[in-house]
Amino acid sequence: MIGQYVADGVVTGATLALGAIGLTLTYNILRFANFAHGELLTFGAYFALLFAGAFAGAQTFGTLSFGAGFVLATAGAALATALVALALDRFLFRPLRKSEIAVTLVIASFGASLMLRNVVVFVWGPEPEYYSRAISIASEIVPGVRLTSDELFVVALTAVLMLALHLFLARTRLGKAMRAVSDDPALALVAGIDVQRVIRATWIIGGALAAIAGVLFGLTVQVLPDMGATLILSMFAAAILGGVGSIYGAVLGGLLIGVAQSTSVAWIGPAYKPGVAFVLMLLALMFFPRGLLGEKR
Amino acid sequence: MIDYLVFFAIQATIFAVVCLGLNLQWGYTGLFNIGVAGFFAVGAYAFAILCGPTYASHLGGFGLPYPVGLAGALLAAALIALVAGIPTLRLREDYLAIVTIGFGTVLQLVALNAAWLTGGSQGATGIPRPLADWLAPATGRNLLMLAVTAGTVFAVYAALEAMVRSPWGRVLKAIREDEAAAASLGKNAFAFRLQAFVIGSSIMGLGGALYASFIGFISPQDFLPIVTFQVWAMLIVGGSGNNKGAVLGAVLMWGVWTASGSAAQALLPADLQVKGGAAQIILIGLVLMLTLILRPRGLVGEEAVVSREARVRPATPQAVRAPPAGGAPLA
Repeated sequence: MIGQYVADGVVTGATLALGAIGLTLTYNILRFANFAHGELLTFGAYFALLFAGAFAGAQTFGTLSFGAGFVLATAGAALATALVALALDRFLFRPLRKSEIAVTLVIASFGASLMLRNVVVFVWGPEPEYYSRAISIASEIVPGVRLTSDELFVVALTAVLMLALHLFLARTRLGKAMRAVSDDPALALVAGIDVQRVIRATWIIGGALAAIAGVLFGLTVQVLPDMGATLILSMFAAAILGGVGSIYGAVLGGLLIGVAQSTSVAWIGPAYKPGVAFVLMLLALMFFPRGLLGEKR
Repeated sequence: MIDYLVFFAIQATIFAVVCLGLNLQWGYTGLFNIGVAGFFAVGAYAFAILCGPTYASHLGGFGLPYPVGLAGALLAAALIALVAGIPTLRLREDYLAIVTIGFGTVLQLVALNAAWLTGGSQGATGIPRPLADWLAPATGRNLLMLAVTAGTVFAVYAALEAMVRSPWGRVLKAIREDEAAAASLGKNAFAFRLQAFVIGSSIMGLGGALYASFIGFISPQDFLPIVTFQVWAMLIVGGSGNNKGAVLGAVLMWGVWTASGSAAQALLPADLQVKGGAAQIILIGLVLMLTLILRPRGLVGEEAVVSREARVRPATPQAVRAPPAGGAPLA
């Protein structure tokens, strides 16, 4: 039984990890806690729902619940969500960064989060939506652990995206510029790095990953206007537990939080499940605020 | 009409109390508390338990006098604020925002699931008004409630004004503007922050108690993050760092909220009411963001406070917030 809880936790954790990667990037490069990040997940999930309508009835891949059309819809959702993130930066965060009186971005992002959530309610309504009404059959992976093909796909995609992002940050020029800005914005500016370009890249990557996380959550759970809001605390917990700024830390944190929440059901029941992430985050902040894989400063 | 105005004024003054509490934390001390709804809930439930009737299924029935209930709500919120503040007020300021929003979420979960304490999703009913045995027409009872809430606003306002104009208040601002400079003058930033956080949160608890007493019924649905959002919008629009601004913002934004709510109710058909509620929140969000961008000091703005002993004229306030700790702000 415990094996099943762990496996379910890994699936949730993979979704959290993708969301937490974007969160940790914006936190480290733009230097503020973006509470509107959860809504980027929500927008991604709903954009995919919108685009997937165009491919309804298409052939599905093997035992997965979706086909090539849905993959295209997800790519479109990632693009559209990146645009939303860029617009949010251009019209809200950038004027605030420039303003003489540097009012906090955190409050603005908190306001933006509630506003965006209600834009979703306004456009799509408050009822939960599903990508597919088909029943997925869970098959036994190892003795005692059953997962659907969709759930396995979620874990595999997260691993691939994490690796791709790591290579991007380690090997490409833009990736290196992002790490430089994250380490020391003033020094990066002096070194001739185009900071605005780095900021745009951060929003595009963070937004696209958030959208994919939202789609994956929608695929394995459901699509709801407040899905991002319910996940944001767990994503912050994952980013802080793993160490703010660390990609692998965000993934490790996401998996740990996912497994901890899932296995906690066995002991304390499902009622306080969201509280588990919070307690882990509080412990991390108190005893090792740099996180498990955080950089030493 | 009079009844409606009284009803409106009671709610606006309750929000003004909460907004004053947040102003001490954010306006004067620079603490992000995004768990306002949680402290509001703690005060409301504490009051319901202390002063409410005996409940069949959950704690209550102490029947204590009204002022004891208010004091209990203050203390309960202060206690939770201590628990939230001690581990986090030493950390980077954003972490406090994350932790308080988490506390808000957890307190809501407790309200929903700890049925023995709070009544769970059914909530707590029959919470008394002041002088509950006093027989009077509804208007009289509402006026009495208004007297209590407005009196609380004046009392909290006067107390906070005295506090922020004292040396203690100037230390808060000094820490907000430049923690290192304040520390070099021997001020323990953590202790001052904790004091401001606990006092501000207990004022929010007081507001929660007044709310519970006014409505007479509370359930976890009353303490969603939207409450936090409303109070923040009130403070930012009114002018943080100014107690007059906090009260003005509360009355004004509660006016915008109720007016837009009535408009949505009147104009939209029944099946679009949910969207009307969403549109209301979008509207408040827009007001908040436009204020942040166009008039970041709010309607009233912060006033310069200079010690009475100092023989200088107050300079025009700069109200410059220090860039977030941990690095230079990006252009």
